[in-house]
Amino acid sequence: MSLDLKFTYTEKKDTRSGFGDGFLEAGRRNPNVVGLCADLIGSLKMGDFQKEFPDRFFQTGIAEANMIGLAAGMTLGGKIPFAGTFANFATGRVYDQIRQSVAYSDKNVKICASHAGLTLGEDGATHQILEDLGMMKMLPHMTVINPCDYNQTKAATLAIAEHEGPVYLRFGRPSWPIFTPADQKFEIGKAWKMIDGKDVTIFATGHLVWEAVVAEAMLREEGIHAEVINIHTIKPLDEEAILESVKKTGCAVSAEEHQINGGLGDSIAQTLARHNPAPLEYVGVNDSFGESGTPTQLLEKYGLNAENIVKAVKRALARK
Amino acid sequence: MEKQSIEQLQKICTQMRRDVLRMVHAVQSGHPGAPLGCAEFFVALYFDQLHHNPDFQMNGKGEDLFFLSNGHLSAGWYSVLARSGYFPVEELKTFRKLNSRLQGHPATHEHLPGIRVASGSLGQGLSVALGAAQAKKLNGDDKLVYILMGDGELQEGQVWEAAMYAAHYGVDNLIATVDYNGQQIDGPTSKVMDLKNLKAKWEAFGWEVIETKNGNDLKSVIEGLEKAKSLTGKGKPIMNLLYTEMGYGVDFMVGTHKWHGSPPNDEQLAKALGQLEETLGDY
Repeated sequence: MSLDLKFTYTEKKDTRSGFGDGFLEAGRRNPNVVGLCADLIGSLKMGDFQKEFPDRFFQTGIAEANMIGLAAGMTLGGKIPFAGTFANFATGRVYDQIRQSVAYSDKNVKICASHAGLTLGEDGATHQILEDLGMMKMLPHMTVINPCDYNQTKAATLAIAEHEGPVYLRFGRPSWPIFTPADQKFEIGKAWKMIDGKDVTIFATGHLVWEAVVAEAMLREEGIHAEVINIHTIKPLDEEAILESVKKTGCAVSAEEHQINGGLGDSIAQTLARHNPAPLEYVGVNDSFGESGTPTQLLEKYGLNAENIVKAVKRALARK
Repeated sequence: MEKQSIEQLQKICTQMRRDVLRMVHAVQSGHPGAPLGCAEFFVALYFDQLHHNPDFQMNGKGEDLFFLSNGHLSAGWYSVLARSGYFPVEELKTFRKLNSRLQGHPATHEHLPGIRVASGSLGQGLSVALGAAQAKKLNGDDKLVYILMGDGELQEGQVWEAAMYAAHYGVDNLIATVDYNGQQIDGPTSKVMDLKNLKAKWEAFGWEVIETKNGNDLKSVIEGLEKAKSLTGKGKPIMNLLYTEMGYGVDFMVGTHKWHGSPPNDEQLAKALGQLEETLGDY
């Protein structure tokens, strides 16, 4: 029996392609948009921009620290640098450079991070960063965005080009359902209520928004009506939307492809603890590293798929 | 900007040294040694070489830009910025104090005119300066980008990432200077982590290297910067190895790492100021 999904798809594509296409479009719209990449142009899908605007694109070689500094410096001439590499090298490897030269100095740099999370797959734990959202959201001045599919990533890429200030944009490698509209308006910091519900709220970000959509349909078959909220912006967090929903549903689940420590769930817990203590269950990686495998296998093994969201919802409901 | 005589510039150097010593003494913290050694460089740059506008604009279009990568020289930079009109000289008395724009290490966060990026965590400035230099090229802006780094700072790996990049892209509108005083906080660089043949290193990375052998002689410093400027626009980044003495200008502070990060006490301050005439009026 097939599920009665509130959102469906006809095509799958990687979110990094949404970034690449959005980046090219941003470059066409604004001549100040420039690109930098540390020897991963193909993986980041930055090649079309490089081909169309060769003078505005800078291959930095395998030297991420230098890339972040270059980007900070380029803002001084009014440029809007998009600096791309894998999420691990875009955060953990260059945390101090981002902290001092970008965040503290409040520079208009867009840090574009692909291959985030477990769904990177076979490359394994060295590349599967699960701590990046936490590191980035702790930095004052930093905006942190984690879109859910190709269309949302493209829209987010265009939105950050027009936003003044440092941004961390996280996306991924796997082919993933395209279930949000192509013509969507991306509002930084504004959560999107995708599905109305009354019993529980599922706050999801990134690839796991799709898993939340599937989980909602599974729960509905059991008579449980979940509200699904797409938190594409981790920081600034849309606290109003979170509180309004939990006031109605009375309990919540967070779902993210990230460590539970320091992730979206932590931010939601802070909000709820301050304003409306309510049961909250977490779907995320529980203080461990990943490993090699296919994205689907890894989401299952580490407890991040729709079935695990359903289980977490039941735990939350039991605590109401 | 009207050119000043060497004698006038020398007076600014002396006053700058007084400012630095009084600033670090007042809060009993900070780094006097290196800014004392770089006074001639700072003064030559801001009062003779730079095309700059003390009505500060962050984007710096149409101006020469200066970046201080070794941010712990902040007391010296703040003094020269104040003395060249970026902010009131009296503000130097707020150095390292609560609610000041003059943070321990330079920051844009407090909006101090003259500062374009934070520095303090070492090794990052050259990358930022290169980005600014490339943005100038993209904008058709023919002004130059200057940067000062410490010699100990060259132990940071990021510097060499940037060195490789600069030569690869032929960033020839950038003049980097290394304060080659041979000292760092734990001792002489030769003992802590030997820099070996710096000139050969930068040349091997594809830079045009000049040496300013007497970095505490104003005339030599200006000549070195003039020579560096004459070499810009020829496809290579420029490195100016500036031989200085840490603590220069005060007989008991010169040539040792002891004053890298230690302030003088009351007695030492009085003794040091006795060797430095008040030329422009203390803040």
